[in-house]
Amino acid sequence: MTLLELLKVEKTFGGLRAVHDVSFAVEKGAIFGLIGPNGAGKTTLFNLITGVYQPDRGAIMFAGKDIAGSRPATIAALGVARTFQNIRIFRAMTVEENVMVAGHHLHTASIVDAMLRSRRYENDERALSKRAGELLQILGLADLARETAGSLPYGSQRRLEIARALMLSPQLLLLDEPAAGMNSQEARTLNEQIRFLRDQLGLTVVLVEHNMAVVMSVCDTIHVVDHGETIAEGTAAEVKVHPKVLAAYLGEEPKQAEI
Amino acid sequence: MTQFLQQIINGLSLGSIYALIALGYTMVYGILKLINFAHGEVFMVGAYTGLYAASALGIDAFEASGRSFPLYLALLVLVVAMAAAAVLGVLIEFLAYRPVRNAPRLTPLITAIGVSLFLQNAGMLVFSPNPQRYPAILREVRFEVLGVIVTNIKLTIFGVALALMLGLHLLVQKTWTGRAMRALSFNIDAAKLMGIDTNRVIRSTFAIGSGLAAAGGILFGLDQITINPLMGVLTGLKAFVAAVLGGIGSIPGAVVGGLLIGLAEQLTAGYLSPAYRDAITFLILIGILLLKPEGLLGVVRVEKV
Amino acid sequence: MRLALRLVATLGVLLAIYGLQFGLEHGLNDYVQRIVLLAGINIILAVGLNLINGTTGQFSIGHAGFMAVGAYSAAYVGVRIAGPLHGVLGQGVLANAVIFNAALLVGALFAGISGLVVGMPSLRLRGDYLAVVTLGFGEIIRILFNNATFLGAATGYFGDDPSGLPAYTNFFWVYAWVAVIVVLIHNLTFSQTGRSLIAIREDEIAAEAMATPTTRLKVTAFAISAATAGIAGGLFAHMQAGVRPEDFRFEKSIDMVVMIIVGGLGSISGAIFGGIFLAVSLELMRDLQQYRLVLYALLLIVIMIVRPQGLLGTRELHHVLRRRAKPARPSGDA
Repeated sequence: MTLLELLKVEKTFGGLRAVHDVSFAVEKGAIFGLIGPNGAGKTTLFNLITGVYQPDRGAIMFAGKDIAGSRPATIAALGVARTFQNIRIFRAMTVEENVMVAGHHLHTASIVDAMLRSRRYENDERALSKRAGELLQILGLADLARETAGSLPYGSQRRLEIARALMLSPQLLLLDEPAAGMNSQEARTLNEQIRFLRDQLGLTVVLVEHNMAVVMSVCDTIHVVDHGETIAEGTAAEVKVHPKVLAAYLGEEPKQAEI
Repeated sequence: MTQFLQQIINGLSLGSIYALIALGYTMVYGILKLINFAHGEVFMVGAYTGLYAASALGIDAFEASGRSFPLYLALLVLVVAMAAAAVLGVLIEFLAYRPVRNAPRLTPLITAIGVSLFLQNAGMLVFSPNPQRYPAILREVRFEVLGVIVTNIKLTIFGVALALMLGLHLLVQKTWTGRAMRALSFNIDAAKLMGIDTNRVIRSTFAIGSGLAAAGGILFGLDQITINPLMGVLTGLKAFVAAVLGGIGSIPGAVVGGLLIGLAEQLTAGYLSPAYRDAITFLILIGILLLKPEGLLGVVRVEKV
Repeated sequence: MRLALRLVATLGVLLAIYGLQFGLEHGLNDYVQRIVLLAGINIILAVGLNLINGTTGQFSIGHAGFMAVGAYSAAYVGVRIAGPLHGVLGQGVLANAVIFNAALLVGALFAGISGLVVGMPSLRLRGDYLAVVTLGFGEIIRILFNNATFLGAATGYFGDDPSGLPAYTNFFWVYAWVAVIVVLIHNLTFSQTGRSLIAIREDEIAAEAMATPTTRLKVTAFAISAATAGIAGGLFAHMQAGVRPEDFRFEKSIDMVVMIIVGGLGSISGAIFGGIFLAVSLELMRDLQQYRLVLYALLLIVIMIVRPQGLLGTRELHHVLRRRAKPARPSGDA
């Protein structure tokens, strides 16, 4: 079943055509890769899917519903969670609080309940804390629960962002360059974590990534964009040797390359 | 009809003064993204400097004997006031704004409010809180055109404002400083990397804006006949609204905004009620920020996520 | 059991405040008493403003307008219902208490509603623009009161009695309300809602991506802070003979901003400190009458340059004290 589908999406900023006629479909339970040279429009696509930008044309279907133009909070509540290219955790809050913030659907107490510290409020807090604890455990951050998020090392901050995203109990998880700044050992661990997210937690994952080792090893389908347009789609093996992909990354057709 | 034309004339002359002040706001905001709340007080200091300069040059003697203050002395007064204001503007930038230039947005905002309050109250101590009569640097001559009363002062306001704005336009478009100012307003970090001495350009921006405000101050004094140390508060705020209306960061915008606010104020005072002349400016402020925050001539900036 | 404990605690606090009132009224002269009352009103203003400016990071510099709405509504309603309620409850302390608090609550309600009206369109704007719009609204509110003839226009509203508004405000009521508001706002700040507000402050885009209803929360926080300013306004009104528009000029909004900045933007204990600090320091500077405001402005500039985070930054007093007690941990992050 198709969970996410983009249909002929267009987005222009002033004079710049960031995304032009892009379409792809992501099957439920897939790990879908979105790659392309810098400035190709990948993060813009994420921003379009999550409602940060509105597409000028085209449809974005999530679980059968067109979410193009909806507000980000609405889309997140429907089950689309994301991480950011340059980590956007809440630096002044603790690790635990960062995750708890995303637990709106678990939180039924009202503001009045909070002000009066009613029983309902206290139950809510316990539930939030418990669920956050579970997620931190999964991401290996349980020891750091009380630490200020801003003081964490880079790798831990990335994992925190994922834990926070998981708090939404999403169906679809968009990871924006999760391997940035990682060495090959860390990248291999990341591969396992991504597979874990799909296999154990039942998530569908869309991955924007530059680290080819990660992309090629973990993605079922890879969609390649350059200058805002689709240039290829297929399995890792297919995309690796696709002439247009090579041209986009290396700058020229292989048979024209000079030694 | 003549009533309407009268209001238009008055509104445009008031608006020219607002435009002169608004230019300072818009130039500083364009480069530093800072609302220079103290700019209204620079306008006030400019007016007072004009008053004291005229006194020093013996205007009392001229007034007593019924002769007109000579034109060359009037120009000298203008130059002195503009220079003094320029120095004040640069000092404010150096002492109060530069130390907080890289702080989160709220800190410079509060600092600016602090400088504004400081100058208002210092002004009351130094200049006396009572309104003072403005010297007749230009002696008023009235004449009637098509049933509308026009004074030479109103014409002077138009003339001086126009001349200064043209001067600014030439400066911004044709000179190196102007080009540098435009570069900084686009991307201050890139400008720095291109080797532009950003501190010098910022100083120039403050100096020029303050000079224009001082000119506005003298013209205001001539038009309104009395000045007081708190004159910069409301007028400064209205000029700021003018800058926002025109598109903050846009120089033509400041001019358009100033004239529109002047007209709106005069027409409201004339046809609605003088009690609401100030309120209309705030209503315009709220209206423009809610409907078109980038202003009439401004450009929408998209935030990169 | 829980409820019983809470009721006992509440009663205890109220009794303590009542006891303090006796001590103060007999021990201190009128002048000092007035400062103590003003400090309490300041605390309410500061804690309320801190919710939107500090915790949520949405900078409003026009809150004097909401204080004015609360002051005028409370004064007007108080005068209107005094007659009927005295008729029913007699002339005693109980009647006054009911009238006063009912008036305060009405003031808070109207102030809260004006907060909604101002907040809903304004909170779409960010940073400087939001600040300027709130300034504009604050001024418009004041101008409206200045021209409202049925409320006395520029002269002010003094009620029906020639001697002015009834002086309901005393130490007990001010500090009882201080206690209530501090507790409620504290509970709100340290809750999921509070966390969401802080998230909005830290990174609104990320907060939205985490399904936080940012607009609804910003507007709600704004309305709550307006309502608390309304309570402060109502308390203030009944300390004066009348309510005048000139009490609620832009300078008043700046006073409130200074309070929370001195204490630390985002800290409740900081706001409390700032409120007291402002009342006390302004009075101390009264001898330097002429120079008072000049010094005040200099203070503002110096704080911004030297220590913009104020006394406590975003932390609370008990956090700071606890951290001091713990020995420093070695930092060993890879």
